[in-house]
Amino acid sequence: MLTLIAKRAVLGVFTLWLVSVLVFAGTEILPGDVAGAILGQSATPESLARLRAELGLDVPALQRYVEWLTGFLQGDMGRSMASGQPVAGLLWPRFWNTMSLAAYAGVIAVPLAVGLGIMAAALRGGIFDRVSNVAALAFVSLPEYFLGLLLVLWLSVKTGWLPSLADTYEGMGMAAWFRATTLPMLVLVMVTTAQILRMTRTTVLGVMDQPYVETAYLKGLRNGRVVLRHATPNAAAPIVNVVSFNIAYLITGVVLVEAVFNYNGLGRFMVDAVSRRDLPLVQAAAMIFGAVYVFLNMVADIAAIALNPRLRHPRGKEA
Amino acid sequence: MSDKILRIRNLRVSTDSGTELLHGVSLDLEQGEILGLIGESGAGKSTIGLAAMGYGRGGCRITGGEVLLAGRDLADCSRQDREAVRGARIAYVAQSAAAAFNPAHRLEKQIIEAPLYHGLMTETEARAWMVELFTALGLPEPESFGRRFPHQVSGGQLQRAMVAMAMACKPDILVLDEPTTALDVTTQIEVLRLLRDTIRKYGRSALYITHDLAVIAQVADRLVVLRHGQEIETGPTQQILTAPREEYTRRLVSERQASLSAPAGAAHKTGRELLRLNRVDATYGKVPVISEIELSVKQGETVAIVGESGSGKSTLARVVAGLLPPSQGAVMFDGAALPPSYRKRGKDLLRRIQLIYQLPDVALNPRQTVGETIGRPLTRFQGLTGRANRAEVLRLLEQIGLPAEMADRLPDALSGGQKQRVCIARALAAKPDLIICDEVTSALDPLVAEDILRLLRRLQDELGITYLFITHDLSVVKRLADRTVVMQKGRIVEEAETDRLFEAPGQIYTRKLLASVPQLDPGWLDQVLTAP
Repeated sequence: MLTLIAKRAVLGVFTLWLVSVLVFAGTEILPGDVAGAILGQSATPESLARLRAELGLDVPALQRYVEWLTGFLQGDMGRSMASGQPVAGLLWPRFWNTMSLAAYAGVIAVPLAVGLGIMAAALRGGIFDRVSNVAALAFVSLPEYFLGLLLVLWLSVKTGWLPSLADTYEGMGMAAWFRATTLPMLVLVMVTTAQILRMTRTTVLGVMDQPYVETAYLKGLRNGRVVLRHATPNAAAPIVNVVSFNIAYLITGVVLVEAVFNYNGLGRFMVDAVSRRDLPLVQAAAMIFGAVYVFLNMVADIAAIALNPRLRHPRGKEA
Repeated sequence: MSDKILRIRNLRVSTDSGTELLHGVSLDLEQGEILGLIGESGAGKSTIGLAAMGYGRGGCRITGGEVLLAGRDLADCSRQDREAVRGARIAYVAQSAAAAFNPAHRLEKQIIEAPLYHGLMTETEARAWMVELFTALGLPEPESFGRRFPHQVSGGQLQRAMVAMAMACKPDILVLDEPTTALDVTTQIEVLRLLRDTIRKYGRSALYITHDLAVIAQVADRLVVLRHGQEIETGPTQQILTAPREEYTRRLVSERQASLSAPAGAAHKTGRELLRLNRVDATYGKVPVISEIELSVKQGETVAIVGESGSGKSTLARVVAGLLPPSQGAVMFDGAALPPSYRKRGKDLLRRIQLIYQLPDVALNPRQTVGETIGRPLTRFQGLTGRANRAEVLRLLEQIGLPAEMADRLPDALSGGQKQRVCIARALAAKPDLIICDEVTSALDPLVAEDILRLLRRLQDELGITYLFITHDLSVVKRLADRTVVMQKGRIVEEAETDRLFEAPGQIYTRKLLASVPQLDPGWLDQVLTAP
């Protein structure tokens, strides 16, 4: 089993390297360049060339890639082309903002969704099952910015309970922070809960058709106990998978929600950087997103390996 | 009538779409009795077994009658009352223990779950009882056996552990649903004996469900013969076997007798050699599966390959079919070397070797009509299209004994035996020289299987086809094969003319295999066990 996990980890590192190649290649073929963006309409060819040399854009791409990657591995993300400040200083605060919001939403959404999903499966065909299914389908189908605007309309504009903009700043109090971020959190919880719930329900129901579940019923066990003790453990691996996928979404896919609530996170940061052709920022943000994805998927796969009793307790070895 | 521990009266069970599966069945189970329920698939045996626990599988419901157990009518009581009885007073042993054990938990956790849940024993008591059962059932290291996970023990052990799980609450009644059908013959004997002795030792009653008369003859005191959800006749085992009252029972018994005593084809064929395997080895990955296989099959001959699961007999079939290229050795077909992979075999070679599979349900494309299924090889190999194709399809249907209107049916509308006939017709459409039959009758009911065997034999007489017959069922071998090859652990241990092999088996393993085939005589099991 350990070799399987080690293999998966190596594969993860390899994937990450591929991501770095793609990110670098992708930013290279982005139309326009930063020198043009900085100097604007009035640029003369001479001043453009000078600026390019200053920014290091005249060096061959492969050499720049190697330098960029080695720098990145040592924690040096380079400097912003637009402002000249180190990328790290600009990026990390935004990254932690994104992570805090994701954690806030995830801590609520994951247990809620898995619990509701199991409950829906246990009460298959009942009122609770049907209502939760319709609600989940609605949340999955509505675009998140639309959900966000609806919440702003009801919880902020009409009732005034919560601020419509998630303005956060350095040194802000805990209570104020929670108050500010609750609306975007709610949107994220709705979307991820719906997805995880539906997947959990389907997986548990799939397991419910197995003969060993019938065995459990024929022992005279209560429905709830059968679902929790006999069905759910065998549904764990796919559930872990969908959970990790949704956590990855909470970190990397929230740019629309950040935009609606004007939240200062990594998604908006990256979009701004792209519009300013500030390649080092774009590359760094893309690498962070890629790393989060690769890491979470790896965790899910390793968890699936670890949850499989056949791999955990191989044949022929005493338990 | 206090010694009637379970009384079923006029039991009716329907699916949720309204089809009635049981049309009013009544039976009594007495204290300490083993009652056999026998019948073909669809007879409603399992449905009765589960209904006795107040349970309906996949949406089936009890729609009428009474199931009287422990002073309650399980057909008409609250869910709590049913749950209190299930597992505690009446417990179930499934056909496939491998599927019935939860892969995520250790055996002991699953076995002591019911007595703890029903509050019948303390954990210490439940464990002690489990160890006692393990010992009685002959499981290795009874003290620590329960620490294992289901995938860590063999099929025979798991089936016995399933019995221990059912006995965990010391129930009055065990419902045994084909408990030995999934096991190899040599393992079946052992499990059968332990089952019977354990039930007798602890004075339990049992409903024993099976389709195999010879198996039930060894364990049951009385038999109930079922067909199409109705009782045909009930009586003591000996009477049913020797003096059946009903025509249907007579057919069941005489088919089983024939299968155990019929002589093999006496004429030893002396045609030219069609297939030859020269020191063939094959592996899955690096694991060797078969080694040093030497085999010669003559034109028009039937050669049976027998062995238990894991003996490599199916692998041998895959090698001949080109699905698994051998790692060493060569396969010769009609005097020329056969390319190892089917991809390298030309159209004509592919035509000449055909395969029929064990499960006709999955071997037919559910979206193609019978006519399309049979017509496809006619187009590919003989270039027949349109009206000529249709005419040939109808001729083949007639040859395999199906009415012409079947040509426009989809496989869903066919019975298991009819599907297998279609599979045979599809193979025949290619005009093959060699047909590899992989357990073609083991998924079928005895009477249906008998018909299929007769058909295969007739086709051989008419068309001179050669069969390579892969099976674990020795009674099939006896009726069909000219020569028999016995395989064990990937090697051929014995090869002889079938009648000679059955009369005077040369190897200990062959003798053991032959002795393990259950006989109709109720005293057979004891004889085998006391024999040296």
